[in-house]
Amino acid sequence: MNFRELWEGVRMAIGSLWMHKVRALLTILGVIIGVMTVITIISLIQGLNRAVSQQVAGLGANVFYLQKYPWFAGRDWFEYRNRKNLTLEDAQAIAQLCPSVKNIAPVLYSGKVIKYKDRSTERVGIWATTPSYQEVRNTTVERGRFFTQTELNHRRQVCIIGRTIVQGLFKDEEPLGSYIRIGGRKFRVVGVQEKKGSMFGNDMDAAVIIPITTFRKLFGTHRSVTILVEAKSGLFEQAKDEVTSLMRRRRQVPPKKPNDFAINTQDTIMNVYKNLTRILFLVMVGISSISLLVGGIGIMNIMLVSVTERTREIGIRKAIGAERKDILLQFLIEALILSGIGGIIGLGLGGGVGKLISAVTPLKATTPLWSIILALGFSSAVGLCFGIWPAAKAARLNPITALRYE
Amino acid sequence: MLIELKKVEKVYKVGAVEVPALRGIDLKIEANEYLAIMGPSGSGKSTLMNILGCLDTPTKGSYIFAGREVANLTDDELAQIRNRKIGFVFQTFNLLPRATALHNVELPLIYSGVPASERVRRAAEALESVGLGDRLNHRPNELSGGQRQRVALARALVNRPSIILADEPTGNLDSKTGAEIMELFKKLHQEGNTIVLVTHEEYIAQYSQRRLKLLDGRVQDDIHLEESR
Amino acid sequence: MEIRENIFQALQALKAHKLRSFLTTLGIVIGVTTVITMLSLIQGMNRSVQGQIRSLGSNTFYIQKFPAIRMGRLGEKYRKRKDLTIEDAQAIARLCPAVKKASAYAQEFPVRAKYKGEKTPYISLIGGTPEFLELHQYSLERGRSLTPLDVQHRRAVVVLGADITEDLFPHLDPIGQQVLIKGHRFTVVGTLEPKGNFLGESMDDFVITPITTLMKFYGKRRRSVTIVVEPVSVEATQLAIDQATQVLRRRRGVPYDQPNDFEIMTLDMLMDVYKKLTGSVFGAMVGIAGISLLVGGIGIMNIMLVSVTERTREIGIRKAIGAKRSDILYQFLIEAVTLSGLGGILGIGLGVGIGELVGAISPLPATIPIWSIILGFTFSAAVGIFFGIYPASKAAKLNPIAALRYE
Repeated sequence: MNFRELWEGVRMAIGSLWMHKVRALLTILGVIIGVMTVITIISLIQGLNRAVSQQVAGLGANVFYLQKYPWFAGRDWFEYRNRKNLTLEDAQAIAQLCPSVKNIAPVLYSGKVIKYKDRSTERVGIWATTPSYQEVRNTTVERGRFFTQTELNHRRQVCIIGRTIVQGLFKDEEPLGSYIRIGGRKFRVVGVQEKKGSMFGNDMDAAVIIPITTFRKLFGTHRSVTILVEAKSGLFEQAKDEVTSLMRRRRQVPPKKPNDFAINTQDTIMNVYKNLTRILFLVMVGISSISLLVGGIGIMNIMLVSVTERTREIGIRKAIGAERKDILLQFLIEALILSGIGGIIGLGLGGGVGKLISAVTPLKATTPLWSIILALGFSSAVGLCFGIWPAAKAARLNPITALRYE
Repeated sequence: MLIELKKVEKVYKVGAVEVPALRGIDLKIEANEYLAIMGPSGSGKSTLMNILGCLDTPTKGSYIFAGREVANLTDDELAQIRNRKIGFVFQTFNLLPRATALHNVELPLIYSGVPASERVRRAAEALESVGLGDRLNHRPNELSGGQRQRVALARALVNRPSIILADEPTGNLDSKTGAEIMELFKKLHQEGNTIVLVTHEEYIAQYSQRRLKLLDGRVQDDIHLEESR
Repeated sequence: MEIRENIFQALQALKAHKLRSFLTTLGIVIGVTTVITMLSLIQGMNRSVQGQIRSLGSNTFYIQKFPAIRMGRLGEKYRKRKDLTIEDAQAIARLCPAVKKASAYAQEFPVRAKYKGEKTPYISLIGGTPEFLELHQYSLERGRSLTPLDVQHRRAVVVLGADITEDLFPHLDPIGQQVLIKGHRFTVVGTLEPKGNFLGESMDDFVITPITTLMKFYGKRRRSVTIVVEPVSVEATQLAIDQATQVLRRRRGVPYDQPNDFEIMTLDMLMDVYKKLTGSVFGAMVGIAGISLLVGGIGIMNIMLVSVTERTREIGIRKAIGAKRSDILYQFLIEAVTLSGLGGILGIGLGVGIGELVGAISPLPATIPIWSIILGFTFSAAVGIFFGIYPASKAAKLNPIAALRYE
């Protein structure tokens, strides 16, 4: 088969499709709807995945969370209650002894009510940490400043507050330099944290950051410290290994026993999310591709009709010397054009519907490149699969009977 | 020797019944002969025509076309011979209804892989040679019966075949137009083409040099006339 | 022309093109199969959840300090609420005529029960009253249930959930044995029949002791009880809710212009929450499945158009011998509806079959609601009418002379 024959085939196919415009249009419409559905669904799923991984990425790409409990422990949580707490000393040891670790930030968390004058908030998150928190979490203040090492060392009652708290407590007043009460204790506001948005429905701006030493002084030392560990770039796994073996040594875990602490990463969340949603998504894509299957059957049916209608034409072509492959190619190209056009238009519409849904709902759609390739490949495959039989049927026709066909 | 048939038999199967259509035909056709095949319906002339035209293969016997045994060729090999060596003219014209005259004539060239520009030129030439130089872009339903048959003739000629096979070429035409078409065949013969014509009408057969009469699948008579009318 | 004659003709026409009719119907079959399968699986899931929610007690409702289902952190107004007490439950039982039973329970969680070397995983210890097991439709396997005397005398007795019996006493009769739970010894007086899982959680992994005993051993402070109320009849449910609300508002001193400072939860609410959570996903799935039916419908339209073109001469002849427009219209419409209706019937059959199959080989239960069958059939017939009307009217409008001349 050479290019010229192929081009001739395409020309002939377009010609005969043009002769039955409505028929071709309806056949293509079937494929369009199928491809559109698949693409829309994939775009939405992909958008959702993207949104989730973006929120998760807020945890820091190169950061892991050394904690007493694993995330998503479920009922097993109670099994871990007897574990020893992680301490500030653990954090210091990691900073000193693990060469692949770039930076660490110990964090204590608690929920407390915040008051300013006669106003108060509901319980908001109090994050007690060190100045290195800024680098590890890649966060900064938009006004004022973060607390300093000196303030940390001297357990000063200073705080950085999130935007939601500024709006809730201060209205038009100047927060910087004011005194607020956190869990009944007086703190001076030194900074306002930049906007963080929300994560899984939690407002990350309803938060207050204070020195970890101050927290321990005022609210007790019984809590286990979460240690945020930032690895040097490219050394994430290595850093995890170093921290693991250091912690096992410090906590005297016997060689055969499992870790009695947890290293949580972005992947921890992503894995849970994917496990929860994978089957649902597969089912969705599966069901939506059924309409593509039905569209393919439509192509086959119309191609069969076309072969029957054009039996005489096939006879004539064969009489003047068309070979099997010529006829086969002619009908196959027709089927492929039908499904290909349907694929392209369906792709465009699917992308459009995705955009539309993004515009009017909070769902964000993204159409990944692979889905485009998939859709085009899939619709061509549909054309090929459902076109081959009618085409072969046409190619096999006996020229004498075909010429006699009424 | 262009064509040689030796003891060609053709049997059709209709259900379990075997119907013999040809019962041993021996036939030689030289280049530039003008042969008319005659006989009543059911005599086997259409079957013989199909075999000569490589649309069908004999059940038994040998068919040598231009020195080549065609009895055992595959479908596609037969198609190539039809394309390059044989030109067909049918009683019902058998043009593609929605294609223009030019495109209809181009068709055999498409299947033999001639480039587009040359194809158009040759197809236009062929149409001109049958007197339809001004009807290139008409569709069959915009042409009269005679004109349609001329298009079919142009199509048969365009690939410069070794032989032109015509099956009742005037069957669907009035006698005046029929005569015009027969004059065209005569002219083609005089230009050196080999022509085989199937007809059951004596006056059409009179144009030929040689008349082959079939009856019940056998050659009843093979008359060579030195002079054609 | 008669309908029967019409149908006969339609079947003849479809038989003349068997393959074509088959493929056209196949499109509808696939569409209907998908929709019916989805519907029956979803319905089955809803049914089983509903059944399990019902098994929590038929028309009982619950009164709690905090909402049972909450998003995010509890606000300040919730945290200041007073605890509910055993006395509240007794007051409701005494003062509300529409209430048949009201019982309080509390729980200590997590605890582990120990017997000699054996130890259960973390479970909950429920402090309840004799009514608790009845209200939750547990039945006794061995021994006895809690008695009013147990409650009155704060006896250290327990009834074991089926999981616990299995964990601690795989080979032994547990009645009369002593188990150790969080520093206290309890005598086993009864065991329960297993009740199985609800939404993947075992309903048998608890032990129950008198609520008074629980309070005695582990303290009353910061322990708000849950009150389970059973109305005298299903019809009286709303009345019982109103009366209980009044009693509690008075006891807790809620000013008339303030909202309740406690939460009432009925099983219907639980069902509503489930439906809200799953409804849109299920809707989307059925919707997407329905799209294939649409594509199948387009297939019908296309083939019917082909059929009209092919049979132009036939239509011409029919018209020439006196067929009216409506005759031709019905002829083609009935052909289309026959195609789609046949597809609908086969699709329903297949869908039901696949639903049953999935139900048999996977934990997903399938229930085929009768309305889904009617819906599937009506919908596919409607598809036939909708997509058949254009080709049919095209046929009906043909000019007889032109049609007769058509090649």
